[in-house]
Amino acid sequence: MSVPSNFDEFLDGIWKQNPIFVMVLGMCPTLAVTVSAVNSISMGLATTFVLAASCLLVSILRSAIPKQVRIASYIVIIATFVTVVDYAIQAISLDLYEALGAYIKLIVANCILLGRAEAHAAKNPPLPATLNAFGMGLGFTLGLLAIGSVREVLGAGKLFGLSLFGPHFQPWVVMVLPPGGFFVLAAWLIVFAAFRHINIKRNTQLGGVQS
Amino acid sequence: MTQPIELRAAPHQHSGRDVPTIMRNVVYSMLPICVFSIWQYGLSSAALIFVVTLSCLAAERINNHFSGSVNTLSDWSAAITGIILALTLPPAFPLWMGAVAGFSAIWLGKSIFGGLGQNPFNPALIGRAFVQAAFPTAISTWAPAFAPHRFSEFIPSSLAAPFMSPPDIVLWAKQQGVDAFTGATPLARWKFENISASSMDLLTGNVTASAGETSAILILLCGLYLAFRKFLDWRIPVAVLGSVVLVAWVFHFAQPARYPTPTFVLLSGGLMLGAWFMATDMATSPVTPRGIWLYGALIGILTVVIRYFGGLTEGVMYAILIANAAAPLLDQFSQPRVFGNERDKS
Repeated sequence: MSVPSNFDEFLDGIWKQNPIFVMVLGMCPTLAVTVSAVNSISMGLATTFVLAASCLLVSILRSAIPKQVRIASYIVIIATFVTVVDYAIQAISLDLYEALGAYIKLIVANCILLGRAEAHAAKNPPLPATLNAFGMGLGFTLGLLAIGSVREVLGAGKLFGLSLFGPHFQPWVVMVLPPGGFFVLAAWLIVFAAFRHINIKRNTQLGGVQS
Repeated sequence: MTQPIELRAAPHQHSGRDVPTIMRNVVYSMLPICVFSIWQYGLSSAALIFVVTLSCLAAERINNHFSGSVNTLSDWSAAITGIILALTLPPAFPLWMGAVAGFSAIWLGKSIFGGLGQNPFNPALIGRAFVQAAFPTAISTWAPAFAPHRFSEFIPSSLAAPFMSPPDIVLWAKQQGVDAFTGATPLARWKFENISASSMDLLTGNVTASAGETSAILILLCGLYLAFRKFLDWRIPVAVLGSVVLVAWVFHFAQPARYPTPTFVLLSGGLMLGAWFMATDMATSPVTPRGIWLYGALIGILTVVIRYFGGLTEGVMYAILIANAAAPLLDQFSQPRVFGNERDKS
């Protein structure tokens, strides 16, 4: 396989290796903060920033970091940017900060971050590493948005805070409770599994599986 | 010409009963309960049973289509799930919520585990638990029985538009001339006002309750029919009801003023329906006799504990679901000694 182009690196995380629906990483914020679309997007963008910035730094420092202490070094880098995001969100919107709660600080423990730093940024030059991380972050954001908007529509009858069905809407209380996160995530996973299934079928019909 | 020798795996003899036969008989045994429910609540109850059953069948069919398996509607299991589920819902439950319950019962309760026989939990109760969590207000809104115009008009909340909240039915109950309608089940009245309903009312179904759980005596007769035809294991209802009576009696004996009589606990709420029709689900109950006794006792004890000390007024649903989860473990603990083997030394 040839070296993937920068554009491929970027698209990788959005579709082919989507962190939520394909790699199933970062489930903690996925299940916890996707109560509404706004929360999902903010969480996703915060993660995207931390991911892109820390992958850039990891990639630049990749020959300077000794192999034995690389995990600790990555965590220090990631934690630095998480602190930046933490204070930034607190300054921009206190409501949002309270809604996201401990999950902003927990970005540091998100397996996508360490996974990308270890598996990609530590082995690639800065530009593709950052692009890949950026794509991953956007893929994560889209995934959160997909779950968050379903939960907000069913659980509150709203999307981005706008009422969709009028005052007589009957909210599905379960959708804003923790089980709702599991149900919606599972439903999306079924949808994506079905896509993959259809794709494989089509490829075999075209003659031979093409990877 | 020699006959070919046919080789078959055990069992070599069986009673000739297959899954559809058993399931069909369970449906027959539930028909009197459905008829009684329709007589009590009229059009709304009939529509609820119809819609919930239909949505279960539709969910099963859609699932068959996408999984590419054979058509499993003819084994009657989806129909049973639908009927039981409808009977556990309040008669004034909006029909669209009934459809949600039906779809979630089949999909969340059965399909994702691989279909009939693979499900660890009773699908009907999964459906009810889902709508209990999704629509807590609607599922605790009760309608008066024997309203005078029940065969000519729906209870207004039944016909709520999809995704819209149901209208209040207290005003409608007044217009119907139903006097003394409190909108609370006997269990709720006991819990919050300490008033026990009379046993006679509980037996004959003259109480506010879910569509199919009103008359204890009717459910008992239907259950006995199934037990005598050996379509259910008699140990399960005996263990459930026996342990409920025992635990309730202990509480009542210790503090008669605070805790109700065992008769009231036995006859009220969904206990009869649960013990005869839901706990006995063959896929979700243990197989060994000792396991079955433990399973029934667990349901009985949990039911009383939830009713007395929980936030909800009724505990049968969660008791059965928890016991379903424990069923494989109980089976493992209670394997009978194989004939001819020595007893354990310990």
